[in-house]
Amino acid sequence: MRYGMAIDTKKCVGCADCVVACQTENSVPHGYARDWIAETVSGRYPYLELEIRSERCNHCDNTPCVRTCPTGASHVIEGGIVIVTPEECIGCGACIESCPYDARFTHPDGYATKCTFCDHRVKNGQDPACVSVCPTHCMYFGDLDDPNSEVAKIVARRKWKVLAPEAGTQPQIYYLV
Amino acid sequence: MKTTRRDFLKISSVAAGGLVFAPVLNWVPGFLKSDKPIPDDSKAKRYPNYCEVCFWNCAGWVYTDHDNKIWKIIGNEDDPHSNGRFCPRGTGGVGMYYDDDRLKKPLKRIGEAGAQQFVEIEWEEAIETIAKKMQEIAGKHGPESFALFNHGSSGKHFADLFNAYGSKNIAGPAYAQCKGPREEAFQVTFGHALHSPEPLDIRDTRCLVLIGSHLGENMHNGQVQEMAEAIDKQATIITVDPRFSTAASKSKFWLPIKPATDMALLLAWIHVIIEEELYDRKYVEELTFGFEQLKAHVKDYTPEWAYGITTIEPDVIRATAREMGAASPAVIVHPGRHVTWYGDDTQRLRAVAILNALLGSWGRRGGFYLPEKAKLPKYPTPENPKPTWTWRDVMPGQYPLASLPVTNVLVDASHPSYLGKHKVKAWMVAGTNLIATMPDLKRTIEAIQNLEYLVVIDTMPAEITGYADIVLPECTYLERYDMMRISEHRIPTFALRMPAAEPRWESKPGWWICKQIASKIGKGDYFKYEKYEDVLDFQLKEMGSSLEEMKKAGVKTFHRKEDLYFVEGHPHVFDTPTGKIELYSNLMIENGFDPLPKYITHAQPEAGFYRLIYGRTPAHTFSRTTNNANLNDLFRENPLWVHPKTAREWGLKTGDKVWLKNHQGVVSHFSTKVRVTERIRHDSVYMAHGFGRTDERLTRSFGIGISDTELISDVKIDKETGSTGMRSNFVTFLKENPHNSDKKEA
Repeated sequence: MRYGMAIDTKKCVGCADCVVACQTENSVPHGYARDWIAETVSGRYPYLELEIRSERCNHCDNTPCVRTCPTGASHVIEGGIVIVTPEECIGCGACIESCPYDARFTHPDGYATKCTFCDHRVKNGQDPACVSVCPTHCMYFGDLDDPNSEVAKIVARRKWKVLAPEAGTQPQIYYLV
Repeated sequence: MKTTRRDFLKISSVAAGGLVFAPVLNWVPGFLKSDKPIPDDSKAKRYPNYCEVCFWNCAGWVYTDHDNKIWKIIGNEDDPHSNGRFCPRGTGGVGMYYDDDRLKKPLKRIGEAGAQQFVEIEWEEAIETIAKKMQEIAGKHGPESFALFNHGSSGKHFADLFNAYGSKNIAGPAYAQCKGPREEAFQVTFGHALHSPEPLDIRDTRCLVLIGSHLGENMHNGQVQEMAEAIDKQATIITVDPRFSTAASKSKFWLPIKPATDMALLLAWIHVIIEEELYDRKYVEELTFGFEQLKAHVKDYTPEWAYGITTIEPDVIRATAREMGAASPAVIVHPGRHVTWYGDDTQRLRAVAILNALLGSWGRRGGFYLPEKAKLPKYPTPENPKPTWTWRDVMPGQYPLASLPVTNVLVDASHPSYLGKHKVKAWMVAGTNLIATMPDLKRTIEAIQNLEYLVVIDTMPAEITGYADIVLPECTYLERYDMMRISEHRIPTFALRMPAAEPRWESKPGWWICKQIASKIGKGDYFKYEKYEDVLDFQLKEMGSSLEEMKKAGVKTFHRKEDLYFVEGHPHVFDTPTGKIELYSNLMIENGFDPLPKYITHAQPEAGFYRLIYGRTPAHTFSRTTNNANLNDLFRENPLWVHPKTAREWGLKTGDKVWLKNHQGVVSHFSTKVRVTERIRHDSVYMAHGFGRTDERLTRSFGIGISDTELISDVKIDKETGSTGMRSNFVTFLKENPHNSDKKEA
């Protein structure tokens, strides 16, 4: 079992519903976000391209955040989901510095936090909040190890890229391009 | 140093060379700080509602947490408006409920108009005062001289109140500041206005043509969803926009048209489609009227002619016309929604309607479907008194095609310069911030200052409340019952709104306010129910349902009675004088207008000035959402898009602060930041609508960004409908603060 996500940049309009849904679902304090929208414009007028991506923790296979965590608060659970246990976190910030995606931040209560793939929903068979609300259906979530899952099928079928592959983290969010 | 998401995003955006919308740190409500486990959806309580953050009115569920406090809002899967998925504004609707800046108690103004100085009063005193004033004005000038400006669901209760009172001067900006010309152009052509949501079969279209419509930035939910589905199915998208919008980035063709020349492009497209016989011949022969006149009319409107006007190359005009022809009839030339641009808007939308008619898209799969609507019985009320005059008598004979009251006519009738006998003396304003909605702010304020009385009802403080004699705090849609949502769609539906929480502070539902006022002015018979649930239960039982059933379902769907599309061989009679789709319109001639749309040259900016183009960001609806903590978090300030060439000429860099001055000398209150981008033409600037709030009680949005509305002083009136063309203003940059005494900006 390996949870992962595919996000179709061709369909995403960057509305940030994923951001608000994550904030309300997980009670993320205002002013912080576990997912966000990135836009890259290339070309010159009038020959332009725009790529829009909904970004978050990549739940990597090779996890610098877990390696650098001195207390074991950052750890990997079933399906490859990377989690932080707030009670065990001392707020040292090492994981935040080590993440090439800037996916983590310090919660106002003092611990490191980030996207959990909504593990509380996933264990009930639901999609993460961001995936479940997306008006454009541009996000796919599921078990990459299961060749019959929607996410595995679309990753097999479409051209994709991952973010910062040079960091060697083996990220598990696939951007369909 | 505490690391925040915000800091990191700034660094990452530089490293990635991209642009990142970073949430900003501002306000953390106490309830979010506690470390409670996340509730389980299947066990959490949920209440049906339909969204009031925008007019799309998506139906959904409001979930509450362990402490029965509002937690989140999720779409209802049975609802065709949302298909179970809300947009960011709907999801962020919780921020409207939790906003501590809300109006809390009735207010009585003690300072000068506009200054926002009030004392709190009790509801009883507020209702008494308003009722007394309504009776006094009815006695002195007649009830007709009291006008209502309304918007949204609660606005309908106030319309009931005004109809009972004896005034039909009830207008909403949704008509003359938004879709009025479109409604009448389609009415003239097809005998059917489009209403909301528009019956566009985007999910099955082969070609979607967007003219200034920025789907994906305007989150008209169902349409954005279907556009994504159309992208999946490899439909062609053609976007005409001076700006490389999100939709343009999804398009096979982006036509960066010179602003105000859309009519030339439309006529050239019609020319090519007729010349190259790309139109649906059988459909045109059987169902339309006036093809020969149209053909002769567009003879000289060649792509070469249009090139000099629009800057769109003839080859591109032909190629895009052929795309449409190849996809016909599964093609949609999108009619848009906010179409009040240049003053010849009804005619431009006529051209859009004609183009759709030639392509045979009306009543066809992948074009325009034939919507159906459920009927709900009316709760019995006495007959309304008949007013002796209405808005139509203010300027007799003007705007003959307007099928709904025109807000700006009521403003005209309130203005000191109006010398006619149908003067408006008092306003009630329910759920619309006219200061950020109506163009020509100076005139609106002059009209307001000429009034004897002004009452404002809203959930939030706003610029308009500052002028009110009495301000009434309404509770949000999450705290009240309202009328059923009944809408046209592929299938008829209705949806229930019920409260998920008690109203905060002393805010009250609109229906309750109307009922109290009505009973004090002797119109209690019109609001005979105890509570609004009585009305709903009566209506639902008549329909074979009940309030209890709807509380569990939220949405009720019905089977269609007729076909969704035209059926081959079944003749169709259109509700037009000829019974056909009117390419050529005698009705237009009878009303003094051109029977076929013509190209008119509109003014272009002088050197050093740039056309002000405004639009939406997915996070906001009008000015009303800018202070919502969830949505403000996503998009806090409206940057001004400037082309690199223009920026070089002015020495502007991304992040520089600028104020704007328009061609009539109007200067923006506040500044905004420049965003230098290739995504806009050099002759235009762009910003999101609704910012630059001047009400200091809005702790998150006060003084942030520039208000586009305040810079729209040059208004081009559409003669057919009275709608206000608002894309005719040109601005220049001010790099120094023009308000030296303004402490906030100094």
